[in-house]
Amino acid sequence: MTARQVDNELRKPSFEKNPYERRALQSYVLSTLTVGMAILACFPLFSVILMLLYRGGQRLALTVFYSLPPTAFEDGGGFGNAILGTLFMVGLAGLISIPFGILAAIFLAELGPHRKLSQAARFCAKTLTGLPSILAGVFAYASVVLVMGHYSAWAGGIALSLLMIPIVMLTAEEAIKMVPRGMKEAAYGMGCTPAQAMMKVSLPVAMPGIITGVFLAVARAAGETAPLLFTALFSDYWLEVNQPTASLAVLIYNYSGSPFANLIELAWSASLVLVLLVLVLNIASRLIGQRNK
Amino acid sequence: MGSPKETPRKWGDSFATPPSFGDVVFDRVFRGVAYAFTVLTILVLAYIVFEIGGKALPAVKEYGMQLLSSSDWNVNRKVYGILPEIWGTLYSSLFALAVGGVFGVAIAIFLTQDFLPHKVEIVLKNIIEMLAAIPSVVYGLWGIFVLIPIIRPLADFLHEYLGWIPFFGTKLNGPGLFPASLVLSIMILPTVAAVSQDAFRAIPLKTKEAVYGMGTTRWEAILRVMLPTASGGIFGALVLGFGRALGETMALAMLVGNSNQISLSLFSPANTLAALLALNFPEAGPMEVQVLMFAAIVLLVITLVVNVIGQLIINFTRPGGAR
Amino acid sequence: MKYLSKLMAMLMLMALVFPAVSFADVSLVGSGASFPAPLYTTWFKTFSRENSGVQVSYQSKGSGAGIRDFQNHVVDFGASDAAMTPEEISKVAEGVQLLPMTAGEIVLTYNLEGVSDLKLPRDVYAGIFLGQITKWDDPAIVKANPGVKLPSENIVVVARADSSGTNFNFTQHLCAISKTFKDKVGFGKTVEWPLSQNLIKAPKNDGVAAAIKQTPGAIGYVEFGYAQMAKLPMASLQNKAGKFVAPGLKSGQAALANAVLPENMIVFITDPDGDGSYPMVTYTWMLFYKTYQDKEKVEWIHKLIDYCLYKGQAISDKAGYIPMPETVVKKVAAAAKNIK
Repeated sequence: MTARQVDNELRKPSFEKNPYERRALQSYVLSTLTVGMAILACFPLFSVILMLLYRGGQRLALTVFYSLPPTAFEDGGGFGNAILGTLFMVGLAGLISIPFGILAAIFLAELGPHRKLSQAARFCAKTLTGLPSILAGVFAYASVVLVMGHYSAWAGGIALSLLMIPIVMLTAEEAIKMVPRGMKEAAYGMGCTPAQAMMKVSLPVAMPGIITGVFLAVARAAGETAPLLFTALFSDYWLEVNQPTASLAVLIYNYSGSPFANLIELAWSASLVLVLLVLVLNIASRLIGQRNK
Repeated sequence: MGSPKETPRKWGDSFATPPSFGDVVFDRVFRGVAYAFTVLTILVLAYIVFEIGGKALPAVKEYGMQLLSSSDWNVNRKVYGILPEIWGTLYSSLFALAVGGVFGVAIAIFLTQDFLPHKVEIVLKNIIEMLAAIPSVVYGLWGIFVLIPIIRPLADFLHEYLGWIPFFGTKLNGPGLFPASLVLSIMILPTVAAVSQDAFRAIPLKTKEAVYGMGTTRWEAILRVMLPTASGGIFGALVLGFGRALGETMALAMLVGNSNQISLSLFSPANTLAALLALNFPEAGPMEVQVLMFAAIVLLVITLVVNVIGQLIINFTRPGGAR
Repeated sequence: MKYLSKLMAMLMLMALVFPAVSFADVSLVGSGASFPAPLYTTWFKTFSRENSGVQVSYQSKGSGAGIRDFQNHVVDFGASDAAMTPEEISKVAEGVQLLPMTAGEIVLTYNLEGVSDLKLPRDVYAGIFLGQITKWDDPAIVKANPGVKLPSENIVVVARADSSGTNFNFTQHLCAISKTFKDKVGFGKTVEWPLSQNLIKAPKNDGVAAAIKQTPGAIGYVEFGYAQMAKLPMASLQNKAGKFVAPGLKSGQAALANAVLPENMIVFITDPDGDGSYPMVTYTWMLFYKTYQDKEKVEWIHKLIDYCLYKGQAISDKAGYIPMPETVVKKVAAAAKNIK
């Protein structure tokens, strides 16, 4: 091999992949790191679900769904009243927030999307999504509990509705905006009033999107504890709307800080039930959302 | 749309009729109600601020800015200060942001830069989003019974060998800033990951093709082009995650240890504004309630500012500019 | 639209059906001290079960919260183990009738592997809560516990995060036995503990017991029944006579015998005499208004008080509380007549 040949050999760029080159190594190391991090990030979810199934599943029997919470000295017991309380308060919050959210969304999306009022309302809704949930509770305590004079399921429901309104409103607005312009124009062209165009064309078309938002909001409200801590409080008895009311989330919070094994077991079972409820709602909302994409 | 009329109108053979009186009324009412609810949205926020702020006012008059700077909380001597809580809120949120942010962005890269087949990508994306669905109080329960026992050996090790670093200066007794912040970072991870993914997806395909066309490795492309291009959106994601962390209540109230102190150590118990409210509000006396209302306003203002900034960043960096 | 109307119909239905799920005609709501909560909830549940037409519920929130709820009239009765101060009483327009309902011991319970019988002299446990003694193998503790292997671990103090009557009684006792504590900390439903590094705060008796159970090297103060139920070891404490006394029914009754109940029913036993007296016992009170608007409510309140005073005392012991002496029960029953 002459010197010249060697020289040529060196100058010719190599297109082969060299796994020991610095940049290749860097790429390899970073990729491994990312894969590791992704796996690590999934760990909490699996850990939570496994623990719930393992510790919550032990106590889960039909009786817990219709029994009242035990006192510290009793064995057994359940959280039927807490499930009922959660359902009632979330239902009440839904009754307030769903019409509220959808009607406001209609205004934002259709009736006056570019008005100053809409921009202000949109800003307020986005701000409300970031409202710390405990503040919803503080607010409901000041404006409902103190005015009514007692803790009640109403106060809990109102506190929860504050958290649901912005979620329903913003997702519904997006959904209504996605309705093709042409469909709305066709409706107007046929002589519909704006209300008719909304009720008969836009809303039905946007409905899957709206429902997604509603489900998400319900799921969020069902899992919230902080707004209920000093509005609905807790109760060892069946639901009475003008009295303190039990909810799954507050039950978990109360019992998790308990030294008694029976109550801690119940807290895990209640968590399992709550997480299943929330996950089912979430997955349902996802399915409805995806079907229509 | 009104009752069908048998006889055609005077001109043309049209069945079209103007809206009946009922239709017009319905339309008016419908629009009016929609308008009212929109206004109500603004009023609700204003009323929240007014209600909480109004109740906090006497405390501000009584104590003034000392509330923000004092670290004493003694009901008997009627001395109140929320500095340790503000510190704890910011410290725990920043730590959570550091951990959750790094993981969140890494996962966003992992999910958008063609590491995985599309189907697996979707599954992983959903798993990460499910993290956000688990209620805070369940994370608290998990933190007490699973996370703290797991990290206790690690914390003991760090304290023993690296105790001279202020962050590891004290022993982890159980509840404390470290487990609380870890749970917090898990809770904000989905937010950061989701918004960052949007930012990466918004990069035009052409940019990507051009970069790979130059023969870069995958990570050269990501670090030199993708990350800088998406940086605005990622920054917005981090700010939003920070906002979420600031307002989180239950998991923190269960894990943070509720101790009014300012310490650099990650392992010492601390307190946050939201946890202070959750624990002290139920039994607070009249004066204390006003101070707690003040704490609520401080929390409200901090989260408001952070969220608004995050939203603005995302809006401005979105392709197509500000909306 | 169909989705929405169906959903709304469902919600409406729920709203209509659920309120119907209520059985009792009269409902009494109380809230307050966590100290007697296990006993109270057991009493009330049995009482509600035995008497149709009434439902008594109790929220264990801490004594401070009980007094506040009582002042705000959001409950029918309150409960507190710090009684009420004259200032607090003056804020209730109808007048307040305090009735002691049961008594209990505050125990020091700890989490140390392999140590099940710890003796704590009075200056030592005051020292621990003053932050002067910070290690389990401190010479003072070792000296009082010959033969017990104590680890060289930090002492983690678990205190109450909320406004608490247990806290009130405990700090009152510490003030009685230690002048330094009195000067430096004082007593109250909440105090500022002079410890920072190794202090954890937890809400309610439940929370303190749970925190001790989960934290190696922890010590804290809870009601006897909580420690017993949670299977936590309790320290023997040195009483005024200098003897080490373990908590229990006998030592509690001996301590309780020291107190004479005055007219207003408020008495605190800060440091009882007697060889066999456990040093920390306290009565715990229910708070009633002197007048109620609702006649039916008053009737049930009287029945409830009767139940607690007679049938109820019988199970106190099993639950880890001290049944009240008969003379006290008589006095309380007489005072209950003030409620109208």
